[in-house]
Formats: sequence, C-alpha cells, structure tokens
Amino acid sequence: MNVAGIGKRFGATVALRGVTFAAAAGDRVAVIGPNGAGKTTLLAILAGVLAPDEGTLELPPAGWVPQRSAVYSKLTVRENLELFAGLERAPHGAVERMLELTGLGGDELTGTLSGGNRQRLNVAVGLLGSPPLLLLDEPSAALDPAQRERLWTFVGALDATVLFTSHDVAEAAQHAHRVLVLAGGELVAELAPTDDLERAIVCAGS
Amino acid sequence: MRRLLVKDLRILRRSPLLVALLVLYPVVVAVLVGAALTGGPAKPRVAFANLAGDTTFTLGGETLNPSVYTGKLFEAIDPIRVHTREEAIAKVRDGDALAALVIPADAAQRLQGMLSLVGGEPPTVEVFYNAEDPVKRRYVESTIRSRLAEANAALSDAVLAQSAKYLDLVVKGGELSFPLVGEVKILGLRNARTLIDTSLRGIPEDAPERAPLEQVSRFARVAAENLDLSKPILASIGQPVRVKQTVVSGSKTPLDAFAVGVAATLSLMLVTLLLAAGLLALERDEGTYARLVRGLVSRGALLTEKIALAALAALVVTLLQLAVVRIFVTISPRPLALAAGALAFAALGTALGALAREVRAASLLAVLLALPVAFMALVPSGAVSAPLYDVLNLVSGLFPFKPTLRALDGSGPALAHLCALALGYGVVARLALRRF
Repeated sequence: MNVAGIGKRFGATVALRGVTFAAAAGDRVAVIGPNGAGKTTLLAILAGVLAPDEGTLELPPAGWVPQRSAVYSKLTVRENLELFAGLERAPHGAVERMLELTGLGGDELTGTLSGGNRQRLNVAVGLLGSPPLLLLDEPSAALDPAQRERLWTFVGALDATVLFTSHDVAEAAQHAHRVLVLAGGELVAELAPTDDLERAIVCAGS
Repeated sequence: MRRLLVKDLRILRRSPLLVALLVLYPVVVAVLVGAALTGGPAKPRVAFANLAGDTTFTLGGETLNPSVYTGKLFEAIDPIRVHTREEAIAKVRDGDALAALVIPADAAQRLQGMLSLVGGEPPTVEVFYNAEDPVKRRYVESTIRSRLAEANAALSDAVLAQSAKYLDLVVKGGELSFPLVGEVKILGLRNARTLIDTSLRGIPEDAPERAPLEQVSRFARVAAENLDLSKPILASIGQPVRVKQTVVSGSKTPLDAFAVGVAATLSLMLVTLLLAAGLLALERDEGTYARLVRGLVSRGALLTEKIALAALAALVVTLLQLAVVRIFVTISPRPLALAAGALAFAALGTALGALAREVRAASLLAVLLALPVAFMALVPSGAVSAPLYDVLNLVSGLFPFKPTLRALDGSGPALAHLCALALGYGVVARLALRRF
C-alpha cells in the first residue's frame, strides 16, 4: 500500500496534513499517538469511509474494524456475520470461522452481549472477507487479555497486511513490524518496535 | 432541588431553538387546527346571473315577478352579481365564488307557458359548484337547495293562489281583466247551469232541444263540482322551477368518503414518515452506516431499500385499514394513489432521517413536521385571507399530504406531483447522506 500526502479538514480543524507512508504485503504497521492525533481519521480514509481532501492512495481491498462497534443490536451474532459475509462476498465457511474465533453463541442477540463480546463480534465482521489489507481501529479495546491473545493469534496467522491503531504501546511494540507516530494530524516519526515508543508519544503530545 | 431547577433553566436559556419550539410550535398547531376545523364562511360567496332580468308573467290578471323570490336566497349568501352565465362559471372556476346560480332568460316565459296550460318544460335554474373542499361543498349545496326550495314554495303558493282564483271564476263566475280588452264578465259554470235549468222548465218534455240542454246542465254541474276538488291537486305542485346542479371544479367525493380519505392519508403519512426516518437514522445509531457505504452498499441503494420498505409497510397497513372501513362506507381504495403517496412520504422520511441522524430526533422531527402540514392542507379557503391561503397552498404543495388526498380523489396530475415529490426528497436525502 502507498499513501502519499494525505490531508483532511473538518471545517477549520486540520485533522490530517501531508501524511505519507508505505507498507509491503504482509507488513504489520501500528499507528500510535496522543488523543486527537488523527489516527481514527487516517484509518477511516484508508477504509474508504471518508474521502481525503488531498493526497493519493494506492490500496488493495481492505477489511475495516471501526473503533466503535458497528453491528446490529436486533440481529443475532450469526445473523450479523451472515449479513456482512453476504455483502462482502466472503469465502465459504467464513461465518463458521468467525464464530469459532469469537467463541460466541451464534443465536445470541447482539444487543444482549457485553461490551467486550460486542467488540469481538465487531472485529469478526471486519475479518470476514479475508482481505489482503486489514485496518483495525483500537481492535483490542474492551477485550480481556485472553480475548486479546486469541485476536492477535488469529490476525498473526493471516496472510495480510495489517495496519492498526492502539493506545497500548506494549501491544504496538509486540505485534507490529513498524510504528508510525501521529501528532496534530502529522506523521512525526516512523520507529522500530524496539524504540522508546512511550517517550515518542509524550514528545509528540507536547 | 433548587440546584436541579437552576441547572435546567440554564440549559433552556442556552437552547433558544428548543424554547422556541416548545412555545411557538403548540401555538402554531393550535392556530392551524382552529383554521382547519372552521366551518364554511357565514355567508358563502355565490355568483348570481339573472338572465331573465325583471321579466314577469301574468296569471289571472295578476303580474308575478320570479326575481322577487331570489331575495330569500340572498338572505343566506353573499351574492356576486354577474351579467352572463360564462362569467358566473368563471367566478366558480377561479375560486372567487363557491357556487354560481344562473336563472335562464326564458324563465318567466316557461313559467307562463306551463301554468297557462299551453305546455312546455318548466324553467331550469342552473347551479355550479366549486367542490374543492367537500365540507364546504356540502354546506353550499344545502344552503342553495334549501333557499331554492323556499323560493319554489313561495312561487308555487302565489301560482296556486292565482290558479284557485281562476278556478273560482270558472266555477262561480265573475269579472276577468284582459290586456287591451278590459273587464270581461264570466258567467261561471254554476250560473250557466242555473240559466239552463230555468230554460228547461219552460221547454216541453218531448221537445227535441231538451236532451242536449239537459246534457249541458249535467256537464256544468259535474265540472263545477270537480273543479272545486282540483284545488288540493294544484297545491301539490311544489316545484314549478327545476334545478340542475353541476360541479365545475374540485372534488366530486362525498363528505364521508373524503373523511375516510383524510384518515387513510394521515395514517399512511405517520407510518411511512416514522418508519423511513427511523430506519435510516438507526444505521447511524448502530454505527453500521459507515460500514455499509464504504464499499458494500451504495448510498443510493441504501436509500432505495429504506424507501421501498417503509412505503410497502405503510401501504399494507393502510389498505388493511381501508378494507375494514369499506364495510361501513362506500369508498374506492385507489391503491395506485396510496402507493404514490407512500413513496413520496417515504422519500421525505429518509430526508428527515438523514438530516436528524439520530432515531429519536428523526421520529420527533417527523411528527413535528407531519401534523402541522396535515392541518395546513385541510384549511378551507374561506377560513383565512386569500394571500395566506395561497401561502398555505404553496407550502402544502411541497409536502405529499394534500397531493395524496387529491390522488385519492382521482386526480391524475396529483399522481405526477407525488412522483416529483418522491424524486425531489430522494435527492435531498442523498445529499444529506454526504454528511451523515
């Protein structure tokens, strides 16, 4: 994937400015930064939810796990998965694989799930299509450690480029090959996982 | 408690739009309800063309003027005097008058001919209606009909009185006045019989002229007795003048069918608006909108699905409702009109849902908008000033309620109007989704 000079404004607020980076197939890229840095906006643009005001994108088809759960409360877990599997033309057996990944009962009504379980379903919907590029916005938020472990094991086994945002520096260091630091809408640093990521965020925030 | 009160007052002070809505909205609705429920004007404006002028007719030597009896009609209407039949119809068609009354030029001659036993058709008074509002039409119809009946009754009383005098003259004898000739002495049947009976007393029994004279005497007796009896028969003439009614413009729908149409349109509107607005706003509430439109489903397809579902659901509900009502009232369901109305309402609903973004706000907005618009469409023209009525008409035309009522009444242009509204609101919804 190639991202060049991406910019986005919301009225007078500059959410992103001149963001440029690239990732090869199979790369794991973490995007970190303080609150309001533009991480979610960047992923929304890469996912095709928002259109950039400037810049160019070269991306393969991408699966997207939004930060906020985006599933239907009045449908069951299986019905949600089947709906999105149909819309995304997911490969055969994707629904069963995701049910196994989430460990959720297929007939449970989504509106009755806990926040953590709802997030598991949210992630599973994003992974249905087995796309070559995965965009995960705070995927492990609201997940307990065991669920996080299962999630990253599953993602690690995928043959896909993964771009994810996280507030958890340790998670970024553990699961990413490269770390991009965003601050004030700009890409301020590109680091290795072994670098001092916490210090980088603090500096970016100041 | 005091702190909570202060907190809420502070919030209200910082929400002028909310306060305006809470205070002004009920006032606006109350005014519209009052205007909509206003009956017909105290005196309906009726165009009046008296083509007979002051032509009179005579009966039994007395002169009668039919125009005198229109005074009774004028007590109940606000007359607009015009000179021709075409002018009268134009007044109705243009909405300047609720109805037009045309007295034909030959009214007096026809009355004269009918009552002098020459024969011929009775005069026919024409009444033209603007039936835009069935409530008003019913009011105007009954007003004109009752006044015409009174005029007919007064006219027939006068004719009857004159006819009775004439009969008395024929039976009892007397003097009758003819133009150019003057007073003529009428013998009368009874006097004629007396003369003949007196003459018979002087004629021998076997005289040949006795038989015919006795025949004439018998005729005179029988005719005198029967003509006396004919007075009650004459009294049964109740309608010397006939009435022909024509609806010039507007609806021909009876009032009860109109009421059913209003009820059906109201329920169609509320179901469709709430459903369409709510379904679209729900996608945003659930966070699924972005997931859908980023490549899985186009915005247009999403809108089309919401509009189709809301319209179909509302159509089914309304048709079921009408199926029950048809047991009690004769109505024509007109499913095509209902379908067109449902589509237009659904498109409007999606526009509201796209603008409101949240289900509860969308539902509230739909109700807040729908009720005043419905009342606006039901305000009769006589209830408000003409410029205000034009404004209300214009605003009503921008919403599907009034066109749906017209489509249910069989108006073809109203169907096209609804299709245009559906398209227009679909475009608005599509544009609003850009910022959804």
